[in-house]
Amino acid sequence: MSALWLAVVFWLAAWALNVWLAGSRVSKSGPGRALVPLIFGVTVLVLWEGIVRGLGVEGVILPAPSVIAAKIAVEMPTLWQDFVQTILKGAIPGFLIGAGAAFLTAVAIDRSPFLQRGLLPVGNFVAALPIVGLAPILVMWFGFDWQSKAAVVVVMVFFPMLVNIVAGLQASERMQRDLMATWGASYLQTLVKLRLPAAMPFIFNGLKIASTLALIGAIVAEFFGSPVYGMGFRISTEVGRLGLDMVWATIAVAALAGSAFYGLITLIERGVTFWHPSQRH
Amino acid sequence: MNRALPVLSVLAGIIAIWYLAAVWMNSTWVYDQAERAGTTVSFAEMVPQTMNQDRPLLPPPHQVGAELWKGLFGQAVTSKRSLVYHGYVTFKGTMMGFGLGIVFGVLLAMAIVRFRVMDMSVMPWAIISQTVPIVALAPMIITLSSQLGLTDRDVPKAVIAAYLSFFPVLVSMVKGLRAPDQMQLDLLKTYGASEGETFLKLRLPASMPYFFASLKVAVAASLVGTIVGELPTGAIEGLGARMLIGSQFGEPLIMWASLFAAAILAGLLILVVGFVERAARKRMGVPA
Repeated sequence: MSALWLAVVFWLAAWALNVWLAGSRVSKSGPGRALVPLIFGVTVLVLWEGIVRGLGVEGVILPAPSVIAAKIAVEMPTLWQDFVQTILKGAIPGFLIGAGAAFLTAVAIDRSPFLQRGLLPVGNFVAALPIVGLAPILVMWFGFDWQSKAAVVVVMVFFPMLVNIVAGLQASERMQRDLMATWGASYLQTLVKLRLPAAMPFIFNGLKIASTLALIGAIVAEFFGSPVYGMGFRISTEVGRLGLDMVWATIAVAALAGSAFYGLITLIERGVTFWHPSQRH
Repeated sequence: MNRALPVLSVLAGIIAIWYLAAVWMNSTWVYDQAERAGTTVSFAEMVPQTMNQDRPLLPPPHQVGAELWKGLFGQAVTSKRSLVYHGYVTFKGTMMGFGLGIVFGVLLAMAIVRFRVMDMSVMPWAIISQTVPIVALAPMIITLSSQLGLTDRDVPKAVIAAYLSFFPVLVSMVKGLRAPDQMQLDLLKTYGASEGETFLKLRLPASMPYFFASLKVAVAASLVGTIVGELPTGAIEGLGARMLIGSQFGEPLIMWASLFAAAILAGLLILVVGFVERAARKRMGVPA
C-alpha cells in the first residue's frame, strides 16, 4: 500500500508545483513551457506505477511502467524489426506515394475548374469514409508483406491530401495573381513562385492529418495477414497470449514513432512556412 | 444543376475506371480456367466472364450493388445476414462513442479554458494522444474490459470511438470558449456577473458555432473508431466484423458490400449532423 501513498503524495506535490509554475514567470520562457507538460507526464507515470504496485493489479490487466520499460530494453531487437517492417517499409513509403500522387493529381486538375468542382465534394466525402475497411481487400490483392500495408496507407492518405492541396492552390489572392499576370509570368511561373508557396500551410495541414492516418493504416492492415513480424502482428498475437507487457512496449514504440513523425513534419513546416502568421510568435 | 454536373461526371468516370480495372484484374482467372480446360478464349469472350464471377478479385459495380441490395433489403432486418442489422450495431457503437466523446471533449475544454495549469499541462498531451495510432490500443482496450468483467462488446468499441472523436470537439470548444473578446468580458464584469453567469450567458453561446462545426468531423472519426474496434477482436456483429468475416472466408462480395454499407452510414450521419448544425445556426441567428 505504501507505494500507492507515495504516488499520491508525489501527485499532489507535482500538482502544486505545476499550479505554481503556471502562475509564475518561469512559464513564459521556452523551457518553462515544456516543463509543465513534462511534469504532468511524469506524474501520470508515477501514479500509474503506484496504483499498479499499491493495489497489486495483475500484469494481465495492466503492467506497471517499470515492467514495460524493462520489456522494451530486453526485446529491443524484436521491436526494432517490427518498427522497420511497419513504419519504415509500410507507413513511410505509402505516405510518400500517397501524398505524391495527391500532389500530382491536384496539379493535374488545377487547370480544369470543372474537374475541381467535381472532385472536391467527392474527395471530401471519401476523406470522411472509414477507408480502413479497404485493408482486407488490399491485403488480398498485394499479399501479406509490406506492399499491401503501403497500399492501404496510399489509399488512406490520398483523399485528405488531395482535398487540402486543391484548397491550398486556391488560397492565393486575386490581387497577387493579377500582379503576377502584369509581370507577364507564365502559368508555370505563377504556380511555382506564388501559388505553391501560398498552398504550403494547407499542404502541411494535410500532411499532419495524413501522418497519423499512415500509422493507423499500416497497423490495421497487419491484422488481416502479415509475415511473423510487424507491430500490428505483434499486438494481435501478444494480446491473444496475454503478454500485455509486450503489447504496451509495442504501443510505446508506436506512440513514439507517431509523435516523432508528427514532430518532424512540424519542424519542416516551420522552416517552409516561416512567413505565415501562425508561425510568427 | 450547375453543381451536380461536375460531381456526376466525376462519379461516372470513377465507375468507368472501376469496370476497366475489374475486367483487367479478373481476366487472369478466366485465362487460367481456359488454360486448365485446354481451350483458349478470345478477348470478346473473356470480358463477359469477368463480370459475374463468384469470387472476383475486384467485383464490378453491378455485382457489389446487387450484393448490397440483397444485404439491405433482401432479408428480414433481424437476420444475421442483413446489413441493416450489422449497420445498426455499428451505428449504436458510433453513437455511444460520439456521445462519450462530446461529453469528454466539452468538459476537458471547460477545464482547460478555466485553469491555466490545465491548459499548459493537458493540451500538449491531448495533441500527442492523437498521434498515437489508436488501433494499436484497440485490442488492448478490448482485453482489458473483458478482464474487468465487462462482457458487453459495446463498451470497448465506444471507448475507442470516443478516443478518436473527443479531439475535434476539444479543439473547437477551446477556441469557441475563448472567442468572446475582452470588451464583452469587461461588459459582463461591469454588470457584476459571476464567473458561472459569464460562462452560461457569454462563453457558452459564443462557442456554439465552433461546437457544431466540430461535430461533423467528430461523427466521422467516431464511425472509423467503431469499425476499427470491431475489426481485430473476433466480434461477430457490426460492419467491421462483417468485413473481417468476408476476409477470412475469402468472400470479396461480402467485404465490398459491407464497405459500401459503411460508406452509406457515414454519408447519412454526416447529413444528419449537417442538418442539425444548420438548424442550430438558424435558431441562433447566425447567417449560414
